[in-house]
Amino acid sequence: MLASIGLSSEQELFRSIPEDVRLGRELNITDPLAEPEVIAAMEEMAAKNTAATKPSFLGAGVYSHYSPTIVDHLIQRSEFFTSYTPYQPEISQGTLQYIFEFQTLICQLTGMEVANASMYDGSTAMAEAYVMAQRVTRRDRIVVARSVHPEYREVARTYTQHGDAKIVEVDFDEKTGALSDTSTLDDQTAALVVQSPNFFGCIEDLKSLAEAAHAVGALFVVVVTEAISMGLLKSPGSCGADIVVGEGQSFGIPMSFGGPHVGIFATQNKFVRQMPGRLCGVAYDKNGNRGFTLTLSTREQHIRREKATSNICTNQGLIALAATIYMEAMGKKGLKEVAEQNAQKAAYAKRKISASVGYSIPFSAPTFNEFVVRGSGSAVETLEKLRGNGIIGGLALSKYYIDRPDEFLVCVTETASRSNIDKFVDSLNCDR
Amino acid sequence: MSIKKVTQHPSQNEGLIFERSQTGRVGYRLPRLDVDETPIDEIVPAELRRDDELEGVPEVSEVDVIRHFTRISTWNYSIDLGMYPLGSCTMKYNSRLNEKVARIGGFTGLHPLAPEEESQGALELMYRLQEDLADITGLPGVSLQPAAGAQGEMTGVMLIRAFLDQRDGEASRDRRVMLIPDSAHGTNPASAALAGFTVKTVRSNSKGLTDMDHLRELCDQGGVAGLMLTNPNTVGIFETNIREICDVIHGAGGLVYMDGANMNALVGVARPGDMGVDVIHLNLHKTFSTPHGGGGPGCGPCCCTEELAEFLPVPRIEKAGDRYRLNYDLPNSIGRVKAFFGNFGMMIRALSYIYTHGADGLKEATETAVLNARYVANELKDTFHMPYESDCMHEAIFSHKHQTRKGVHTLDIAKRLIDYGFHPPTIYFPLVVEGAMLIEPTESVGRADLDAFVEAMKDIDREAQEDPQLVIDAPHSTRIGRLDEAAAARKPVLRWQPDMEATAKSAS
Repeated sequence: MLASIGLSSEQELFRSIPEDVRLGRELNITDPLAEPEVIAAMEEMAAKNTAATKPSFLGAGVYSHYSPTIVDHLIQRSEFFTSYTPYQPEISQGTLQYIFEFQTLICQLTGMEVANASMYDGSTAMAEAYVMAQRVTRRDRIVVARSVHPEYREVARTYTQHGDAKIVEVDFDEKTGALSDTSTLDDQTAALVVQSPNFFGCIEDLKSLAEAAHAVGALFVVVVTEAISMGLLKSPGSCGADIVVGEGQSFGIPMSFGGPHVGIFATQNKFVRQMPGRLCGVAYDKNGNRGFTLTLSTREQHIRREKATSNICTNQGLIALAATIYMEAMGKKGLKEVAEQNAQKAAYAKRKISASVGYSIPFSAPTFNEFVVRGSGSAVETLEKLRGNGIIGGLALSKYYIDRPDEFLVCVTETASRSNIDKFVDSLNCDR
Repeated sequence: MSIKKVTQHPSQNEGLIFERSQTGRVGYRLPRLDVDETPIDEIVPAELRRDDELEGVPEVSEVDVIRHFTRISTWNYSIDLGMYPLGSCTMKYNSRLNEKVARIGGFTGLHPLAPEEESQGALELMYRLQEDLADITGLPGVSLQPAAGAQGEMTGVMLIRAFLDQRDGEASRDRRVMLIPDSAHGTNPASAALAGFTVKTVRSNSKGLTDMDHLRELCDQGGVAGLMLTNPNTVGIFETNIREICDVIHGAGGLVYMDGANMNALVGVARPGDMGVDVIHLNLHKTFSTPHGGGGPGCGPCCCTEELAEFLPVPRIEKAGDRYRLNYDLPNSIGRVKAFFGNFGMMIRALSYIYTHGADGLKEATETAVLNARYVANELKDTFHMPYESDCMHEAIFSHKHQTRKGVHTLDIAKRLIDYGFHPPTIYFPLVVEGAMLIEPTESVGRADLDAFVEAMKDIDREAQEDPQLVIDAPHSTRIGRLDEAAAARKPVLRWQPDMEATAKSAS
C-alpha cells in the first residue's frame, strides 16, 4: 500500500511533521499484553476494591439497585454500542427511536412536557439549569439550598464562575432538614434550586417552594439524584417545577466508581428553544413513513458556536439506552414496586436505628430511602468501627459539612437484605 | 472485490414501546419484601405521593422488551457492520475485551464514596492511565474528570483563564480574547464562551493551514488569552508551523490549547507537549477506542504543563509510596467539572486498549490510520475535488465541486453511499470547505474494504454524471427515506402521546 501512494517507508507518512517535534523514542508504555494478561492485570486491580463486595449503606447520589439482566445484555448489541450520534437518520432509526422513548419516559416520570436526549450526569445538568434560568429570566441571582448535593453545587459553581451568576446558598431548617426559609428570594432571582429528596434524604415541600419562587418571577428548579423516588413521590412537574434535572443512574446503571451515569434535563414546552442538549422528534419521509430525527439544532454549538445554549455535544447515549430499557422492563408496576420497597426497607432500618441507644434521627421531614443518623461521638470513628465488622455503614456528613461531625447519611435500597440491615444495626449497638 | 448494493433486509416494523403496552404485563421480578411493613402513610404522607398511577408508562413483558430493542437495533448502522469513515470521529473497532474487563464486579460494584483504602484498585487504574496519557501527550498534569470532549475543552480554557488571572491579576481583565480558527469544531467557541472569553476567528490559507499573517495581526491587536487549535486540523492537515504558532501566541502573552480530536494521527509519533502546546483534551472515545454508544458516554481527559497543573479540577489522584490517594486540597483549582471522578468505566476500557497495544502497537495504529487515509485520498483525487494539495494525515477532505454541475450535492453522495453499504463520511464540516466530505477510515479497515469504499465513491460519481436523479433520490435501500426535517422543526413532537401523529402531520 505504501508503494501505491509513492512512499517507501512509514516514516515518510509523517513528512509534514517537522523533525524537531517528532518523538525520537518509543513511548514509555508497557509491551503489549495478550488477552489473558490484560484480564489478569485488570482483575488484580479490581480485587483491591474491597468495598465493592461488602454490604454497603452508601448513597449520596449513587445508588445500589437491582438491574434486570436484559438491560446490560441489550446495550451490548453491536448496533447500539458501536454506532455514532444519529446524524444520518436513515441508518440510525434504532438509536433515534430509543432516544424518543427515553424523552417520553422522562417526561412521564418528572411530570414535565419536554426532556432532552441526556446530559453527562446530574451535576452538570444542574449547572446547565442555572445557565438556562439566567437566559430565560434575564436575571443573575441563583438561590440554591445547602441541602442540594454538595458536589453538584461545586460543579455548578465551576460552570458559572466566569458568567454573571450570583449564587446565594440558603440553609435548610435545622428541625426538619427541609427548606422553609424563602426570604432570600427577590425580584433579581433567576431560579430557586432545591433537591428532593434532598442530600439528607428529606422530601421537600415542592408545592409551597414553587409558589414562593413564582411569586417573585423566578424559575423553580428541582434536582432529583435518586430517580427511583419518582415511582412513589409526587412528580416535580405536578408541584410546579419549571426545570427538572437529575441523575438517572438508579435506572439500571452500575455504580462504576461514579460514572458513566446519565443526566436528566426536562422542562416546559415554552422553554424548549432555551434548552441545552440534543432533542429527537418525529418526522416523515415523502412516502409518509414515520421516523425520528434530531431536531431544533439551531440551539446547539455546531450551528450557533459561541452563542449556543450549551457547549455539550457527545452526551450519554448508551447509558440513556440502558435507563430506557430499565424503565420499560420495570414498567408502570415495577417502578412503583421498587420505589415502595426502598421506602419500606429504609423505614425499617430507620425505626431500628432510632430505637438504638445513643443514636437519633435529627431531621423530622419524611424521607424516602436515605436518612441522617446522629450518634454520640465522631461519625468517622463509628463508620471505621463498622468497617472493622465488614460493613460500609454510610457517609460521614463531615466530608461536606464540617459543622456536622457526629452525623452520617444512611441509604437503604431494595438490594439491602433484612439480615444485612439487622447486622448493621447490631454493629451500631455494639459500637456504643 | 466486486461491489453489490445492499438490499433491504427483512426487519419487521416495530412501533414505539407505548404502542405495544398491555395492561398487567411486567418484565422484571423483585424479591418479596423481607422486612416488616410500615403503613405507607407513616413513611410518606399522601399529599407527597404520586396519585397519577404513572400514566402512560408502558406495561410489557421481558420478551416484549427483548424483541422491541432487537428489532429497532437492526435499523442502525454500526462499526461492527462495516467501514464508518466519519471524519474527526475516529470510528475504530471497539474491542470486546475492553467491554469484558469494564464489567468486572470489583469495578462496576464500587461506590465512588467508598473509603479510599477500599478503593485502591480503582485509584491505581486511574493513576496508571494518567501516567500513560502524560507520556503520550508530553504533558505531565492530567485530570480524567471531564465527561466528554466538550467538557475537556471547557476545562482546558478554564485552566488558561485561571493561569492568566493569577499571573496578571486585575490586568487579566484586558486579556479575554480567544483565537479560534475558522475550521474549528463548534464546541471550541461554545466552550470558550463558558470560560468568559470572546472569540476572534483566525483564517486559514489556501494550503489549509493557519494563516500566519492573520494570526500575527490578531495578536498585535492585543488582549489575546490564547489559541484553540486542532492539530492535525479539521481538514486533516498537520499544522507544520506549530512551533512558530505557539511562539507567536506565547510571545503575545497567551497560552495554546490543542483540541485533541485528531490525536489518532499522532500517538507514538509526535507529542503536543513537544510542540509548545500548554493544554490539550483527549477523546478516549475516539483515539482510545471506547465505544461511541450512539452518542456517548465519552471521556475527555485534560492534559497540561507542570505550570498549569495547580489549576486542574479537584480531586487529583496521587501516589504516596504504594498507596493512592485523592487530593482535594488544591486552593488554585478551577473546581470540579463533574460529580465524583469522571466516566470511570471509560477509563478502564482505554487502559485496556493501551495494554493490548503497547508502545509499538499504538504507533503502528497511528501509521495505519494515516496510511489508510492517504490511500483513499490518492485513489479518489482524480474523481472528487480536493480543496488542498497538502499531505493529509488520518483523514482526507473532498468537496462536491465536480458533481454539483449535475445537481448532485454532498448530501446526495452521502445518502447514496448508504445504498452501497457504507456509513457516509462527515459532511459539511468543516465549514471552510463548501460541500465538505471528511473521510477518516481509521486503522480498523483493511485494503479490501478501502478498495470497496473507493469503488463505491467512483460508482456514485459515475451515477452523478449519467443519472443524477438516482443519487439525488437516495437512499433507496433503507426502511425510511429522507425525512422532512424542516417540518419536524416547525412543529416539534418530542414525546409520545396518543394523539401525537395528528400533531406531527399537521406541520407538513
